[in-house]
Amino acid sequence: MIQTLKSPKISESLDASWQRKLEQLLSLGCSAGADLVEIFMENSDHLGLLAEEDNVTSVNPSFAIGAGIRVFLGNRDGFVSTNDLSEIGLRNALDQALSMLGLNSSKLGVSGFEGLKSINDFSQGKSNWQNELPHLNEISESILRGTSLLDQYGKNLQVRRGSYSRSWQEVLVAASDGTFSRDIRLHQSTGLNVIASDGKYRSSIGRRNGTEGKPNDLREWDVDSHAQEVCTSAGIMLYADYVEAGQMPAVLANKFGGVIFHEACGHLLETTQIERGTTPFANSIGKLIANEAVTATDEGLTKGAFGSISMDDEGMQAKKTTLIKNGILKQFISDRAGEIRTGHSRTGSGRRQSHTFAAASRMRNTYINPGKYSPKELIESVENGLYCKSMGGGSVGPTGQFNFSVEEGYIIKNGKLTKPVKGATLIGEAKEIMPRISMCANDLELAAGFCGSISGNINVTVGQPHIKVDSITVGGR
Amino acid sequence: MSRSNDSFLEENSALANLQCRLENLTSILNIRKWDLGAATSVDNSVQIDKGEAKQLKGSQRSSITVRVWNSDGVLGITSTTDLSDNGLRKALEGAQQASFFGNSKDIPNFSPLANSPLPNIKRDIKPLQGIAYLLTTLKDAESKLLSSHKSIESIPYNGLAESQISRVYINSEGCHRRIDRSQASLYLYARAEELNRKPRSSGAIRLALGSADLDIEGCIDEAANGTISHLNYESIETGKYLVCFTPEAFLELLGAFSSLFNARSIIDGLSLSNIHSLGKPIAVPFLNLNDNGLHPSNITSSTFDGEGTPTQNISLINGGILEGLIHSEATAKVFKTSPTGHAGLGAKVSVSPDWLEISKTNSCTSPNEHLNHKTTKDSYVLIEGLNALHAGVKASQGSFSLPFDGWLVKDGERVSIEAATIAGDILDVLTTIVQLEDDQIITHQGVSPHVWVDNLSITGEA
Repeated sequence: MIQTLKSPKISESLDASWQRKLEQLLSLGCSAGADLVEIFMENSDHLGLLAEEDNVTSVNPSFAIGAGIRVFLGNRDGFVSTNDLSEIGLRNALDQALSMLGLNSSKLGVSGFEGLKSINDFSQGKSNWQNELPHLNEISESILRGTSLLDQYGKNLQVRRGSYSRSWQEVLVAASDGTFSRDIRLHQSTGLNVIASDGKYRSSIGRRNGTEGKPNDLREWDVDSHAQEVCTSAGIMLYADYVEAGQMPAVLANKFGGVIFHEACGHLLETTQIERGTTPFANSIGKLIANEAVTATDEGLTKGAFGSISMDDEGMQAKKTTLIKNGILKQFISDRAGEIRTGHSRTGSGRRQSHTFAAASRMRNTYINPGKYSPKELIESVENGLYCKSMGGGSVGPTGQFNFSVEEGYIIKNGKLTKPVKGATLIGEAKEIMPRISMCANDLELAAGFCGSISGNINVTVGQPHIKVDSITVGGR
Repeated sequence: MSRSNDSFLEENSALANLQCRLENLTSILNIRKWDLGAATSVDNSVQIDKGEAKQLKGSQRSSITVRVWNSDGVLGITSTTDLSDNGLRKALEGAQQASFFGNSKDIPNFSPLANSPLPNIKRDIKPLQGIAYLLTTLKDAESKLLSSHKSIESIPYNGLAESQISRVYINSEGCHRRIDRSQASLYLYARAEELNRKPRSSGAIRLALGSADLDIEGCIDEAANGTISHLNYESIETGKYLVCFTPEAFLELLGAFSSLFNARSIIDGLSLSNIHSLGKPIAVPFLNLNDNGLHPSNITSSTFDGEGTPTQNISLINGGILEGLIHSEATAKVFKTSPTGHAGLGAKVSVSPDWLEISKTNSCTSPNEHLNHKTTKDSYVLIEGLNALHAGVKASQGSFSLPFDGWLVKDGERVSIEAATIAGDILDVLTTIVQLEDDQIITHQGVSPHVWVDNLSITGEA
């Protein structure tokens, strides 16, 4: 039996050996009149495995190669992606991108391009990651152990599912400003999901963990506590009543509770939102936009966190960006195009799903910083309200209105948690909600997630300590 | 299928001789049973911002998914974007390896209909107009929309795109399907703001076979009228309301709960329906529902699915009774029926609807024929569109809690609703529909009349 899947090797590894070819393309683009040319190349290897009940029901490997070429002229840019990494294929893609901006590589002028700098190799120490990854039989055993534990801990379970996915990506970025960077990324995630059913009652609960740069992630997975947490939650929510709609205070738990900040505020602090004119905070640097209790950060540095990156998809080293300090807006999340079009300096946040997308300003690990209270103090401060222990997904619209679903909620009465409730949706507008985050607890934790936006689906981390929102609209029945 | 003279598809080298190349490679690798789905496309798209090109985008994409059955008859799969001989060989080898971890208890097979005649649909393949045309067209559209009302200050979400796509399905038993098609899309989403009032927005989308055929003026008018109609807004009191869903909104809601008639979801326990639900009432007796991927207005229609099964018009609900399900080869085997042309291609084959058609039965009338969104004097909430379905729908539980765009209508006068959510249970909705209007409206995602439901919970933002 063959026990592992090896990544395909493209004819040449994506490394410094590409320098001459890439310099020729960049020089050609600049000679044709481009202000800046950027080439993003990738070689990726993905694997997904699904187990249902006590069987592995799907193993999905996939491989991809490709390049995205972006040409800037003034505030405009043209972007072309291709799967063809031959010299002719890349040249055709460059020509197409140039022609989008009215430029032509047959009419060459003087190239200001001075060549690429020596390669900034962020992949050091990562080249052996693929060999360290668990083999398929090891993955199967771990995930099947997860579904077996669900059976052991759960009651009334109609569906038990375990899943694993990993994404290995080798990238090379070269730009006519001299940028020449290489990296290897490794993202892995494990998930357990159940549907519990008893007559007319149903509940569905899922939890997913995710890491970056940890080949041993699956081996270190605490599958037992993961399964217990899912089953406990499903059991409680199975007979929960639907929440009664209304306006009320809410305490949001830590970890994935941070999705409220991600959706309500984080997206509005991306420079793409300034470009579109869809953020109310475009002219608010230095102004109070949130309660003074709120300090918020976006960074790519936390070791092993799902949204961490050594460099962004424009070749810039990741850094820490303080977005809000004591309620005052400090900085936007910016990429190359954001810097050109809005003047906000790049923050190492140019991210994309793959070579088929142009990079855009996107979040990495984004969280509200810890405060001084205990979670208990937050709950005790609420007379009648909602405790949101676990969040589902959410989104923000073009007018800044956000919403997200509550997967596991409890009514707070006189400072104590009472009955569980389901079906709640939290709704609001960032500008109105941020000043209402009046208390932050001291228990910051992060949680892995996926964020879909203009440059595709990317791995991110959301996070926060327990926070209290003084008043929020709760949609329900 | 007719072709344009300058179609890239005629010279599409990526798909040329694919069957021959595969037969050679599978022979070398001693693979006897295999199938493959491949697609290539050329795409152009533009976005603009106040008369300036914001992003111009082009792509040449190719991808294949290959499945092989090993000597024990177990299936493995691999996908890749490399259609070279080297890429195909790696994909086949990867699928071979994956087959040793395949599910021996549920093995998909070739569709028994993979060699059946395909439906004859008439779709011209329209030539790509190119980036310059797209840019000029979108600039004009933006300019007209911006000038349509003084409060419309930007079109933050806009895009004009065109594609030519080629897709094939091939298997080791001689099936070779291919479809070439083209499509184009335009979306305009306007944002308006008046002094001391909240920003409001609305949009419109149009699809066509080619970018030169798009109903651009219609898209501009719909986006402008929609946005202007939301400028005068008020909050709504939380409570229970008589609701009228526009065709677009009701198709969005029903589409989010398509697991109700999805055989794969039923087998996996993810659906509210079960294996015994067929033949039982699921909706009011005056409702019919079909899935008809062959509808003439379905721009993206294909003549076959991921397994090569011909696309068909399937009756799902007939007079309120659950009459049919959508199937792949594997699910059809379980239900002892035929595949319906709704399969993807995978180790575990997914099933999804194509184009939902909701209609009123001929024989049974609704109890509230007087309800019509154009004429009724009753007070009601008109829901134009639902938002954040990915977050607010619990398909396996049947519940939804969704933000929406809409109006409170009293005596025929519409006032936009500031911000609100609607919540309910899909089975309750289907069985408490009080009226399906007579006019069937074709939208970009299906066909439906306006649908009226009473006593739905709406939460307003106080």
